[in-house]
Amino acid sequence: MKRVYVNEQWCLGCHLCEYNCAFANSGERDMVKALKGRAIRPRIRVEGDGEITYAVSCRHCREPLCVRSCISGALSAENGTVRIDHDKCVGCLTCVLVCPYGAVQPGPDGAAMKCELCLANACGEPACAAGCPNRAIVYEEREEETA
Amino acid sequence: MKEYVIIGGGAAGVSCVEGIRSRDPEGKITLVSAEPVSNYGRPLISYYLEGKTGLDRMSWRGADFYERMRVDALHGVRAERLDPEARRVTLSGGAELPYDALCVCAGSDPFSPRFEGIETVEKRFSFTTLADALALEQAVDGDTRVLIVGAGFIGLKCAEGLRDRAKSVTVCDLAPRAMSASLDGDSSPILERHLEKCGIRLMLGNTVTRFDGGTALMQSGDTVGFDVLVIAIGVRPNTSLVSDAGGAVGRGITVNEKMETSLPRVWAAGDCTESRELTTGETGVLAILPNASMQGRCAGTNMAGGDAVFDKGIRMNSIGFFGLHIMSAGSCTDPVFTQVTETGCKKLFARDGVLTGFILMGDVSRAGIYTSLIRERTPLDTIDFDAVCREPSLLPFGRAYRAKKLGGAV
Repeated sequence: MKRVYVNEQWCLGCHLCEYNCAFANSGERDMVKALKGRAIRPRIRVEGDGEITYAVSCRHCREPLCVRSCISGALSAENGTVRIDHDKCVGCLTCVLVCPYGAVQPGPDGAAMKCELCLANACGEPACAAGCPNRAIVYEEREEETA
Repeated sequence: MKEYVIIGGGAAGVSCVEGIRSRDPEGKITLVSAEPVSNYGRPLISYYLEGKTGLDRMSWRGADFYERMRVDALHGVRAERLDPEARRVTLSGGAELPYDALCVCAGSDPFSPRFEGIETVEKRFSFTTLADALALEQAVDGDTRVLIVGAGFIGLKCAEGLRDRAKSVTVCDLAPRAMSASLDGDSSPILERHLEKCGIRLMLGNTVTRFDGGTALMQSGDTVGFDVLVIAIGVRPNTSLVSDAGGAVGRGITVNEKMETSLPRVWAAGDCTESRELTTGETGVLAILPNASMQGRCAGTNMAGGDAVFDKGIRMNSIGFFGLHIMSAGSCTDPVFTQVTETGCKKLFARDGVLTGFILMGDVSRAGIYTSLIRERTPLDTIDFDAVCREPSLLPFGRAYRAKKLGGAV
């Protein structure tokens, strides 16, 4: 399946992915309206120090610990995409406790949120990758997938 | 066609179905549940009382799960007897189920020491099943004074769920601290202050010596008047089906890392089992949903001819009380990092060069990075451990690790 992959050496640390993610998941059609004057809640996060930067978002693991551990059944894997049903989530954050990458986080209303590859968003594919100016984030198939 | 029988419809039983179906789309699966409904998230019952979920949203794998997985699910039925030689389970009502592979996911039942005068208490409850939650919902209204015996996860979640429904909620425990099994002397007081601020009355280091109708006489000499009593002292694994059939049991049903019991063609998973805990190497009952789910899946995979192993069981919990998030994992004996404030704390524990446990209260961001260090037994001298103590991120793991995890499929 196509996944979001990170080419760390190309990351500029510009944080554009975070803004594009927050916009794509806002449900708004206007980026200014969606983001201006608000604390943004992206599902991708740029980490690093002064020298190294890279973006982290859900890896859509083949054996997702979050799905196995979710007490409410809100998390599920559909055709390889790990999704979260906002209405079923009770905000216990067991997913945060088990995700090895720190890629799940509490959302504004307490329910957990994570990258769902923008499949249900207007953009239809990951906005972080589409908007990355240096191809540090890509959305593609990689060979090892079949390994 | 292979015949599979699963005893229990909790997370372990349901995950066992998923494990079987991941390899065998054809075999006949029969699931037997003593409860009138199954396939719901058991830990959701306090969230139900709190109004954070509803009956229409509590199905763990979806309302059509059994249909989708082609499972014959029998509800309100108990497995009474297991005959491992004839490969047959006898059900309440007398029906017999033959099997080629059996998985016992019988869970655990609440237990209570014998309290003097307990029979004089008119309204007394446990708090482990949906039926318990529904009964409490009926029994409690704005005039009800609730007394909960047990300040562990179950008792305190029950207190949270009932606070806005009841007139008052009091929780007592013989242990001197709240959640004493998973928190320590630094972290328990933060929780206790928070609970009391939120209107829960705590009586710790104190328990009931005698009940007299709606009055509890406490060890301290105090009396507590109540209308509804909840006993939340602990649970005991249901092992008798296997032990009566001659299978090995300790506190729970003995299983190996493939979830095989000592009986041929019989597997077991979830709260009814005991297994090796990763950080201590000791055998114990790891009665938490994530372990039940992963054990169930492992058992199911192997029942269908696979070769799965689950050997990463640790104690862990993520829980919130009135907005305060608490996470703990592993065993918390040798502290290597301590940060305690009035309203939160972070403690990390390590032994023999690997992380063995942690307690987080308040800021729980990216806690899974710590959990992963425990599960993978990552040698701490291969990462920048000081940096990861200060803030969990993937930076201290180095470029090669990130290239593998963020640049490849995991």
